[in-house]
Formats: sequence, structure tokens, C-alpha cells
Amino acid sequence: MLRFVVRRIGLMIPVLIGLSILLFVWIRALPGDPARALLGQRATPEAIERVSEVYGFNDPLLQQYFTYVGRLLQGDFGTSTRDGRGVVTTFVEQFPATVELSIAALLFAVILGIPLGYWAGRRTGGWIDNLVVSGSLLGVVTPVFFLAILLKLVFADWLGWLPTSRRQDARIDATHITNFYVLDGLLTREWDAMWDAVVHLVLPGIALGTIPLAIIVRITRASVAEVIGEDYVRTANSKGLNPSTVRNRHVLRNAMLPVMTTIGLQTGLLLSGAVLTETVFEFNGIGRYLYLSISQLDYPVLQGYILFIALIYSLVNLLVDVSYGLIDPRVRVS
Amino acid sequence: MSEDIVQGPGLRTQDDARPAHPGSDDSLLSVQDLRVVFTRRGEKSTVAVDEVSFDIRRGEHLGLVGESGSGKSVTSLAIMGLLPARGAEVSGKAVFDGEDLLAASSRRMREVRGRDIAMVFQDPMTSLNPVVTIGTQISEVIRSHRQVDKNEARERAVDLLGRVSIPDPGRRLKEYPHQLSGGMRQRVLIAIALANEPRLLIADEPTTALDVTIQAQILEILKAVVVETGSALIMITHDLGVVAGLCDTVHVMYQGRVVESAARRPLFATPRHPYTGGLLASVPRLDTPRGGKLLPIPGSPTDVLPWAQGCAFVPRCPNSIDVCSQHPPALEPEGDRSLRCYNPLDDPPVRGATDGLPQHSRTTTAASSLDGRDESPSFDRKQP
Amino acid sequence: MTMPMDPLAPTLSSPAPGADDSNAPGTSLWLGAWRRLRRNPAAIIGGALILAFVLVAVFAPLIAQYPANSTQWSDEVSLTSVPGPREGNILGLDRYGSDLFSQLIYGARQSLIVGVVSTVLGLVFGATLGIIAGGLGSWADTIVMRIVDIMLSVPSLLLAVSIVAVLGQNRYAVMIAIAAAQIPIFARLLRGTMLSQSRSDYVLAATSLGLRRKSIVLGHVLPNSLGPTIVQATLNLSTAIIEVAALSFLGLGESDPAVAEWGRMLVAAQDRFDSSPQLALWPGFAIAVSALGFTLLGEALREALDPKGRR
Repeated sequence: MLRFVVRRIGLMIPVLIGLSILLFVWIRALPGDPARALLGQRATPEAIERVSEVYGFNDPLLQQYFTYVGRLLQGDFGTSTRDGRGVVTTFVEQFPATVELSIAALLFAVILGIPLGYWAGRRTGGWIDNLVVSGSLLGVVTPVFFLAILLKLVFADWLGWLPTSRRQDARIDATHITNFYVLDGLLTREWDAMWDAVVHLVLPGIALGTIPLAIIVRITRASVAEVIGEDYVRTANSKGLNPSTVRNRHVLRNAMLPVMTTIGLQTGLLLSGAVLTETVFEFNGIGRYLYLSISQLDYPVLQGYILFIALIYSLVNLLVDVSYGLIDPRVRVS
Repeated sequence: MSEDIVQGPGLRTQDDARPAHPGSDDSLLSVQDLRVVFTRRGEKSTVAVDEVSFDIRRGEHLGLVGESGSGKSVTSLAIMGLLPARGAEVSGKAVFDGEDLLAASSRRMREVRGRDIAMVFQDPMTSLNPVVTIGTQISEVIRSHRQVDKNEARERAVDLLGRVSIPDPGRRLKEYPHQLSGGMRQRVLIAIALANEPRLLIADEPTTALDVTIQAQILEILKAVVVETGSALIMITHDLGVVAGLCDTVHVMYQGRVVESAARRPLFATPRHPYTGGLLASVPRLDTPRGGKLLPIPGSPTDVLPWAQGCAFVPRCPNSIDVCSQHPPALEPEGDRSLRCYNPLDDPPVRGATDGLPQHSRTTTAASSLDGRDESPSFDRKQP
Repeated sequence: MTMPMDPLAPTLSSPAPGADDSNAPGTSLWLGAWRRLRRNPAAIIGGALILAFVLVAVFAPLIAQYPANSTQWSDEVSLTSVPGPREGNILGLDRYGSDLFSQLIYGARQSLIVGVVSTVLGLVFGATLGIIAGGLGSWADTIVMRIVDIMLSVPSLLLAVSIVAVLGQNRYAVMIAIAAAQIPIFARLLRGTMLSQSRSDYVLAATSLGLRRKSIVLGHVLPNSLGPTIVQATLNLSTAIIEVAALSFLGLGESDPAVAEWGRMLVAAQDRFDSSPQLALWPGFAIAVSALGFTLLGEALREALDPKGRR
């Protein structure tokens, strides 16, 4: 198992190196002077001169690359050209919001998706199946931002059931320890604040979770339909086991293997979708910050955030692979 | 050496003179007019099993023989209530211990399955759950039918693995199916089936998917444990060699119907249905001179006449006469057996020999004699 | 062993997919797929939606009553009110005072062009990479797959964003950006199907007959990998249409104001949402429905081409 993890981490290294090369090339390819790109259009000639010096933009390319990687390794990702704040600082500050939102979306997708997929896959071709499959198709083709706008219009603006924007009501004076607002509410026992944070997660969570939901439903359905026809399920039935034992131990435990991988792959979708969802709901996470940076062509932020996001994405998939190994004994051995 | 091994209630008797259609008091399972029709949306429905009736007494060993697609597996799945609820129409009766299983509720069937009737399937590679330990897969069947705690179930599992000759059973419990060979997995499946000492064990081609060298071992183990626990056995196979060494009565099926049923000895000695004759002629026997030709049945199981029009075997039958393709024959008693044929083979049969040994090339059961005496050493050893 | 009479048989004895019906990489599989497709209502609906979408895009000038972004009624729209359906404007006006219906019709054109071009680009480059990896194997495979891993490690929308950032805001940048996001998908798919084909019995048979590797790959392996590729391309068209709109939503889409674009219409509608929700609903539905067409057809194709899927 340990060897498996180590080998899997080893596979990440070339990806990260490749990514750093790509980002390096990207900055060089940006229109205009790279130093100007990193400092923004209003930068003074002196500042540009200084940055060119620090980053070694006048050195040979290879040396520039190593300087660049060296800076990245020291955690120097530059400052935003838009608000002048450190890229790492803002990321650390906003990341909890996006994680919270992503967890909400994923919970929505998994809690609804696995039972629906199971239900449909148990009897493919039945009316439940047809309904679920049609619904998941709709989920896949509805653009995230459109869905977000619709949800906001109906449930927040018209019906007034849920808040329209932000992470917490401005009138609530909550203490923030971790910046995970729900967790903060739990830690400080400020239940009102916690509840308010949860309520603020509902609409963006649904908007962000709908495509993952549709995908999880489809994978679960296909996987359950396949597993249910397996010989070992027939064996389980021939033992006269409880239907719930057959379902949980024999059908779901096997059917979940491909679903696990899919859930891992959803992190990419969630992080992409967060840019759109957070923008619609003015939810202050990395997605909204990225959106603002995109519109202002804030390159240091784009560069840093893309790298962080890729890193997180790779790490999550690593975790998924490892937990896959925990469920499936065959992976552990080979 | 053989007659004295017949004893004890629940142990099989080996009396060849016994009628082929029982109905005696110690009947354990009586299948009557079983019919299974598969329907698929947008497709013509298929009659997989029709007019199948047989009885099995406590401790009896019954063989259900036929080629692939003859309906023998479907018969067993129907009795177990394991056919899909949709798409399979089952009619007829399967009276087990006075209760019609085909009419029983699914809750009731769950009680019966794994406790009173258990099944061993064909392919051990796919019949065990790959992500659950062997131990759990054995103990779950024990614990779902008996009030025992985890430790007791574990001890029983160790005991069961020992009885199917798995070395170091304690360690095996923690292993997963992929760590075991095919033969070992089939032993595990036999252990699972026997966990609650069922009164009826159905083995559906239990050796077909295994290596030739392993087949004989598995058959010996199966035979031994069945005799030891005294359960009745339905052995489903296409392999007459398996039947010869194991079964008291044999039902030969073709395209969903029983075409000949008889006690083992008369069936092997004088097969009357041309299909049975063909099956025997295509199996090597020790009593024919070496170099003698094996005679395959011409055609393939797909060359059939629908039973509604006549005898399904007509397209492949060397003995067919006009009436065969005009009216479907009925299964009728004829002497020491039942037969579904207008123009049966004469006795003495195709290859004359009466006391020969049908040697299935792949199994040591060929060493067992045909005359109903089971001479396999492991059998003798198991006697009290 | 097969059990022709036994409906339970498929799980036990279905032949290895692609093993027996693949030596002739053509007719029977495609013909069968076509027959299955014609019977599948999802395929028919999907096909009809696509056909309608394409016709609207091609004949936009004939269908729309007014040119795109004519803004001829600009004095009739205000911050609080945008005229709804009325004589001369079936769906009313958009927030800049153009005919909403005409805008929608021209928007189809933009979506189709960008969607198709980017998917074709993604297919060409992705497939080339995949064929190199799957066909040559060994080191070429390793290099290509690492490149694919790197591209996949950046979520596709962000990849597109960074490309648009380099190339500037224009429709070509959008096409290239969306194509780039598709490259790893096609590369991985082709490599995977080619590798599994290469391991199949018929390739082994061809090799043992002494056929050269090149002719096996080109004559046998590649044609058999075609099905999944076409399926993926159809599905990707759907994704591409949505991504075009998403890029516009982020302000990175088409910058020429004379071009009607669904995503941009949605963005523009956002601040009038309370008073005139129709401004957002129509383009939103347009995106969803055209994406639905390609998704339906793609899924139906996948089912039809799968030798196992006889449902």
C-alpha cells in the first residue's frame, strides 16, 4: 500500500514540472513585456526595471526558468496587479470559502446521485430509469451560470426563501477562526451564524452540484446495472441474505469503485464551475476572485491560482486513488 | 463392499430397482410441470423450460443432464426463485417439504435459500464478491440464518473450510477471492453452500470452469461433503462422466424438456432416447477397444424444431420417423424409465456394452463403475 | 460455450466485445448501428434538434427579421423596462434595443461555428497525439501521456481562460482555447481504444500472419477506434457550445459587438433580471437545447455502436 502511494506521488512530479514550464512559457507569451504583465498597465518604468531584475527577465531563458521555479518554491507568487495583495495571502484567505462551497455541492451531488443512480440502475429501462436518465441529461446540458441565475431568480428574488448572495448576512457579526464559516460557527458555538452560513450555501451548492450530480447519477446507474448482473450477486441472493446486505455489501461496494474515481474527477469541474457560480452569487471564494482577475487581466493572480488549483486537483485525485485502493483489495496488491 | 455403505436416515440409498418416478413419502422436492418463459420487450418470448417434472427424495442424488441451453440451469434457478422478477414467467409447482416454493413469498424464499436449499455455481472466478473477504462471505450466510455471534460464525467458517480441504483455513478467512486459485474458490463456494447443512444442494456445472486436473478433486470433495451431511443433491451437468460417479437417478433434458429419465444403471446400460444414446456414444468408455471412434451427435443444439411442432431433436436425430416432426411426443413411462420418443433405440443399445465404464476423459470419476456401486475411496472413508 | 436459448447467457458468455465482429471494420457494425439508431427515440430527437439548430444557423439571415445588433429601438429600452413580445418583435427587444428573436437566431450561427471549429481542431490535434501514443507505444506513449496529464491537471475552463489571456479577446482565441481543452480528451480516448484493440485477438492473428505493424494499425486498429471517437466528438460539441457561453460570461468571449452571442446575451441580461427575466431565459434555453441535441445523439450513438449494448 505504501509503495502504491509513493509511486502515485512519483507520477505527480513530472506533471508539476511540466506545469511550471507551461506557466513559465505562458507568462513569456503574454502580450507585451512580461514584467509589465506581472505588474499591470499602470506600473512605473522603475518598478518594471526592478521586477525584470528580480525575475531575471534579461537572463538567458533557461536561467530565467530556474529563477522562476526557485521563486515559486520559496512561495513567492507575486502580488495582484489589481489590489496589490499577495497572491498566496488572498488564496489562503479565500480558499476555505470555495472548499466549503465545493463540499456543499459534492454533498448535494453524492447524497442525491448515488440513491438515484442505484434506483435507476436496478431496473434499466423502467420508468424510474427513464425519468432519472432524462433528468440527468438536462442537468448536464444546462450551463452552470444559467442554472445559478435561474435558482437565484426563483428562490431568492421571487420567493425570497434563500439569500441572494454572499457567504453570510452582513448584519451577523461572526467570529472567524478558520474562514470555513460553517466550521467557525461550530467552533464558536454561534449557532445563528453557522445556520446563516449553511443557508447561504444552499443555492450556490445546488447550482455548482448539478452537473456533478448528473454525472454521478449516470455512472452509478451504469455501474449498478452491470454489478447487479454479476455472478457474485446471484451467489449472494442464493444465500438468502437480507436485501439490504445484498445491496450494501455486494452491489454497492462493487458499484462504488468507478463512482469513486468519478467523484475525484469532479473536483476539476467544481473548481471551474466555482468561478461561474461564485460570480453569480457574489460568493467570496477563489472563483470570484479569479473572475475579477480575469476581467482585469491580473496575470500574477491567474498564474498563481492556476498552479494552486492544478496542485489541489492532482492531490485530490491522488487521495481518490489511494482510497480506491482501500476499498478494492485487488489494487492494493498489484 | 458397496451394499453395506447404504445406511442411516438422510443418506442416499443405492437401489437400482427403485422406480424412476418416485412419489414416495420421503419426497423432499417435487417439481411438477415446471414451465419458464422468457419475455423481452420487443422480442418473441422463449420457452426455456417446459413440462419438467421430477422428484427427489431425502439424500438422493439426481442428475440433470443436457447440453448448453437445454434449460437445466434455468430449472434450478426457478426452483431457487432466482430468476429475474421481470422477463421470466414461471409456472408449475416445486413442492419442497410440503410447501410450494414457486408460490412462496420472497421473504419466505430468503429463509429457504442458503438454509434449506443451497447452490454451487458454475464459475468460481466470478461467483465470489471480489471486495469482501472469504471469511465474511462464509459467515454472512451462517449469521443470516442462525442466531450466532461473530466468533461462533468464524469458528464454523474455519471448520467448513477445513472440511472442503482448504489448508490453513484460519488464514484464508482474511483473504480476498483474488488471492485464491479457481479450485480453492470453488471449495469456498461449496463451503458457503454447506454452511447451514442444507437438505438440498444444487450444483450447477460445478467443475466446468475449472482446470482438468482440479475437476476431479472438486468432485470428490463435493461428493464427500454431501454424503457426510446427508443432503440431497441435484447435479446439473453436461458431463455424463460426472453423473456416472455420483447420481442415483438421471434426467436428460433437451431444449427445455426432459426426454429420458431413469435410474443411473439402466440409463447408461441401455439408453433409449436417441439423444441419450448420442451423448453416451460421444463419450469415451473404457470398455470399447482403444482407437475406436467416438461418435459426435451431428448438428448443433441450435438446429431445433419447436416443441409445438414435433420433437425438437428431429433435425439431429438418426432415428426420426415421419410422426416425429408432426406431433410433439409426450413423456411416458416405459418399463424402468420415462421416455419422450416415438422411435426409441432398441435395447441393447448402440454400443452393446452393458457394464462398461463411461470414462469421461477429464475426470477420475470415470473410475467409478456404472452399476450403482460407488467405489471411490473418499466415499468409503466418509462412512461412519 | 454459448447458450443460444438461454436469456441469462449474456452475462456468462457474451463474446469479447470487438473480438469477433471487428475483423471487418465496417459494414456490419455501422449498418447495425444505423438500424439501432433509427429505432432509438433519443437519437431521433437529438438528430432533429441538431438539424433544426444547423438550419437556423445557416439560414439565419432568412429567418431573422432584422440584422444582428441593429439596436434600432434603443430609445424604447430603459433601465427598468424592456418591451416584451409585441407586433414586429415576437420575443420583444433585448436590453440594447435590438430584436430579441433575431439576436437568438444569429446567436445560433456563432455557437455552431465556434463549436464545430473548436471540436474539429481538438479532434485533429488530440487524435494525432493519441495515435502517436497508441500506435508507436513505448517512449512516445510516455511523453504524450505526461503531456495529457499536465493538460488535464488544469480544469478545462481555466485552461481556456489562460489561452484567451495570451491570444487576446477574439473568436479565434475562443476557438483555440476550447479546442485546447478537448485535446487531452481525444488523445486519451484514442490511445486507450487503440491499445485495447492492439491487445485483441484479431490483431494478434494479423501479427501472426506476418502483417506489418503499420498496416495493422492503419488497416485494423484505427478503423475500429473510429466509433468511440465519433461518439466523443458529438458529446464534445455539446460541451463546446456551453463553454463558448461560459467564456463570454467571464468576459473573454467574442469582443465584436456586432456579433450576437448567447453567452453574452445572458450576461447582459443579468442586471435586468428582476424586471425582464425573458432576456436571460431565451438565450439560456437556446444553449441548453442545442447542447441537449448533441448530447442525445452522442449517447444514442454510443449505445448503437456498442456491440454489447443490445438494449
